[in-house]
Amino acid sequence: MIASARTHARRKATNYIMIALCGLATLAAVGVLLLVVGYTLLQGIAYLNLGFVTQTARPLGEPGGGMRHEIVGTIVLVGLASALGIPVGLLAGTYLSEFGGRVGSVVRLVADVLTGIPSVVVGIFVYVVLVRPMGTFSALSGAVALAIIMLPVVARTTEEMMKLVPQTYREAALALGIPRWRVIVSVVVPGAMVGIVTGSMLALARIAGETAPLIFTALGNRFGFAGLDEPIAALPLQIWRYAVSPYDTWHQQAWAAAFLLVMLVLVISVLVRWLTAWRRG
Amino acid sequence: MIREERTPQSEKAAPHSGPCIVSEGLGAWYGSLQALRNISMSILAKRVTAVIGPSGCGKSTFIRCLNRMHEVVPAARVSGKVLLDGEDVYAPGVDPVEVRRRVGMVFQKPNPFPTMSVFDNVAAGLKLNGLRAPGGLAERVEKALRQAALWDEVKDKLKQGGAALSGGQQQRLCIARALAVEPEVLLMDEPCSSLDPIATARIEDLVRELCDRYTIVIVTHNMQQAARVSDMTAFFLMGQDRAGELIEYGETQQVFTNPKDERTEAYITGRFG
Repeated sequence: MIASARTHARRKATNYIMIALCGLATLAAVGVLLLVVGYTLLQGIAYLNLGFVTQTARPLGEPGGGMRHEIVGTIVLVGLASALGIPVGLLAGTYLSEFGGRVGSVVRLVADVLTGIPSVVVGIFVYVVLVRPMGTFSALSGAVALAIIMLPVVARTTEEMMKLVPQTYREAALALGIPRWRVIVSVVVPGAMVGIVTGSMLALARIAGETAPLIFTALGNRFGFAGLDEPIAALPLQIWRYAVSPYDTWHQQAWAAAFLLVMLVLVISVLVRWLTAWRRG
Repeated sequence: MIREERTPQSEKAAPHSGPCIVSEGLGAWYGSLQALRNISMSILAKRVTAVIGPSGCGKSTFIRCLNRMHEVVPAARVSGKVLLDGEDVYAPGVDPVEVRRRVGMVFQKPNPFPTMSVFDNVAAGLKLNGLRAPGGLAERVEKALRQAALWDEVKDKLKQGGAALSGGQQQRLCIARALAVEPEVLLMDEPCSSLDPIATARIEDLVRELCDRYTIVIVTHNMQQAARVSDMTAFFLMGQDRAGELIEYGETQQVFTNPKDERTEAYITGRFG
């Protein structure tokens, strides 16, 4: 069938318009990222030097100073939250994908609802169940709050990624007389690994920037890391405090810290991807 | 056309050979849909048995019942017996994992594990079962690849991913993978349906070679293929309620040249199906 010249011209035009629209949309999406990173960088440039990473905060009015405690705090919080949230999320996702059933659909619904809960609510919840009984704000309660936010995201991405592994590979492995748990560990999980890592990194990036739940749990700490049962500093907390302050130097430091936070997430993400790619050979 | 085809293998089938797998009154369901009804046949040891029939007649379901792969599908169930060397594989207490080690399977589409190298694919059945290969893993992998007539083509790329091979090579890799655990029976579910004629011919030659050591059951859509490779042929047909039934089972030569049932004749002469 040969389309008439007119139809042909119309199809070509539609094609070009749609490609252009896709291109514009892509540009808008990437452009926003560039704008955010660029603007943050520009505003905070005055403070972005080695001292900002290695030094601690100075009293107001003194020039210089840095975010060492906050960086350490964020790394501790995110690390601990990941250590709590990712394994549980992985196992829950595995259950949903491989065993699921009727219980699975209930769990799935609960996980989706949990994903939608505002993080500030999670903060208040952890305040009630952990901070109050412990009698103190702490790194632990902060990490638990972040882990709760992380959990459903990791579980659902793990589930989706494992479901994408074609059934034929599971069947091939089962037909070799390989027990089911081994099929999951050695065939399904490796097949879904890239996606699971991506999902976990997205969850990690999200909690690294969470501020609201930390106000009720980690609180912040100007004197550095003092143990998991003590309040702890965090970059997003400090960004928020500095940003709402009336001082220009603090505003600049908040911008610089924001840039640092973005970079921190980026570095962790790239590192983890590189490590998993390397381990896969 | 089919009748004129040479079937030298039927001559070999002539001396009596004992049954390896016997199905007795086998029925299979997917939920409330019955896919197989009352299949009773005995598959001879170290012979190639072809299962033919139109689409949807339960050929694949039948062979999946033989190594308890049918139950992997949600809501699937089985009735009747399948005797492997005289023991019912559906008896209570029988571990399906154990059955599948003895009855290997090759699938319609080549499905080498994408995250594993050629070597690891073949070794998977042993490694992931924690089985020790006497004489070492490498030797067993080489033996399996040689049996699958793939060794010469892949001996220099054992470390490469299995997915990088051609379709025909991938299917032979899957055969090697199944052979590496040294099963007694090899079930093949339309192993050539996604391959070109040359790759198909290689697999067919392979099937003939392998039946010296293994009992082979091959499902095929292709009647010439059944005539070429098999000693025995079973013809399945869908009943009124869409459940598959065994219409005729006998020596391939007899089934193709002198079918006892008129439906078999109609099918193999191409009048339907």
